[in-house]
Amino acid sequence: MATLENLKYTKSHEWVLENADGTVTVGLTDYAQQELGDLVFVNLPAAGDDVTAGEPLGDVESVKAVSDVFCPVSGVVAEVNEELLDAPQLINEQPYEAWLIKVESVSGSEELLSAAEYEAFIAQGE
Amino acid sequence: MEKKTPLYDCHVAANGKIVPFGGYLLPVQYETGVIKEHMAVRTACGLFDVSHMGEIVLTGPDALKNVQMVTTNDCSGMYDGQVRYSPMCNEQGGVVDDILVYKVNDNAYLLVVNASNKDKDAAWISSHLSGDVKFEDISESVAQVALQGPNAVPMLASLVADEQIPKKYYSFVQEADVKGIKCLISRTGYTGELGYELYCAAEDGPKLWDLLLETGKEFDMIPCGLGARDTLRLEAAMPLYGHEMDDTVTPLETDLGFFVKLDKEDFIGKDALVAAGEPSRCRVGLKVTGRGIAREHCPVFVGDQQIGMTTSGTHCPFIGMPVAMALVDKAYGEIGTEVEIEIRGRKVTAEVIALPFYKRPKK
Repeated sequence: MATLENLKYTKSHEWVLENADGTVTVGLTDYAQQELGDLVFVNLPAAGDDVTAGEPLGDVESVKAVSDVFCPVSGVVAEVNEELLDAPQLINEQPYEAWLIKVESVSGSEELLSAAEYEAFIAQGE
Repeated sequence: MEKKTPLYDCHVAANGKIVPFGGYLLPVQYETGVIKEHMAVRTACGLFDVSHMGEIVLTGPDALKNVQMVTTNDCSGMYDGQVRYSPMCNEQGGVVDDILVYKVNDNAYLLVVNASNKDKDAAWISSHLSGDVKFEDISESVAQVALQGPNAVPMLASLVADEQIPKKYYSFVQEADVKGIKCLISRTGYTGELGYELYCAAEDGPKLWDLLLETGKEFDMIPCGLGARDTLRLEAAMPLYGHEMDDTVTPLETDLGFFVKLDKEDFIGKDALVAAGEPSRCRVGLKVTGRGIAREHCPVFVGDQQIGMTTSGTHCPFIGMPVAMALVDKAYGEIGTEVEIEIRGRKVTAEVIALPFYKRPKK
């Protein structure tokens, strides 16, 4: 399982990148994609939608099952990675490149972990 | 507490992702993932542990009579070394299980049953025995693997003498020698592909698995888990107990009428099936035309009217689209009928299409 030092992580296995302009980019961690297996469908919100920290922002589906993706922050969806709608497997191939949404007007967040804390959290659960 | 199959350590060694299923700990997938495993079976070859299946042996002069009583298909007139598929019904015509009947000889039949129904089936069959017949549940002493896909044929030919390989679909060889391992080999499977199922003594299971895994390397064979087993059978529209049928669904409703011989003298459930007449619902294939993936137990609508429920559904890797099977009101069973499937509170458009979704190309 890989993590990146410059990202923060949630206990529900999303990653967060805090951009210089105050927006936040959200994706699924390498651990999440491994656990989910081959993804075949992604359901994302639309730009302009409100999102709430700890609430589902959309869902991803593997061959086997559907899973909610929880939003790490509250705010407004600024941008959606449309490419994933036709190519959900990009999340499996490059989880830290295949971002899901960008959020602006960020007003709050879930508990966010550093890479080391996230790795420790996963090690604990296994 | 789930049981381990004789091949459990092999799955751990191969980095299988182990999950509980039908009372057993089995790999849902290996490192390659469900899609690659599915594609391997369609284009090359896959190896499955199906040791969780149950095996029941009926022997004695009245073996056939008893087989006939619990099956809806007609198992008379089978040749030694033939396999036949049949639903097994309760008195109401609902399905207790669907099984494979192997005729060893006039006095011996092997019944292969679903893992999740093993105990129920054993109780059902043993409580309905009559005459001179011996019942034996040999499930615990048997390991079973499925070798499936076009390359299964040349691969098995590299391991087994030609005369010990079953040539016809739904036939078997009782005592084949697979490099020193004694196996029953049948030309059967649950994937819609060419292939074989091999049964051996539980203690020989790991040796057989390792031999097939090693031999398979030059045939592009990979080990496959339950995930691919399910997507493959769904793509081939093969029904699964607990999904397309259960104790409350008759085989006629779920499109298994071909395997119900109402002209057979007698079998459990016959009277109920005759009395019920033409079924009012049918099993259909649905292609999801909107955005989404239908799973089992999604309500199916035409307008505001619910016409049925999906019984299985997923994204099928080889045909590359989300499909589902559903039990619906017969009036809406026509191919081309446009319906909506309610997926997690959202209605998604779908269309009735012909089953199976995938058919093996004939050479």
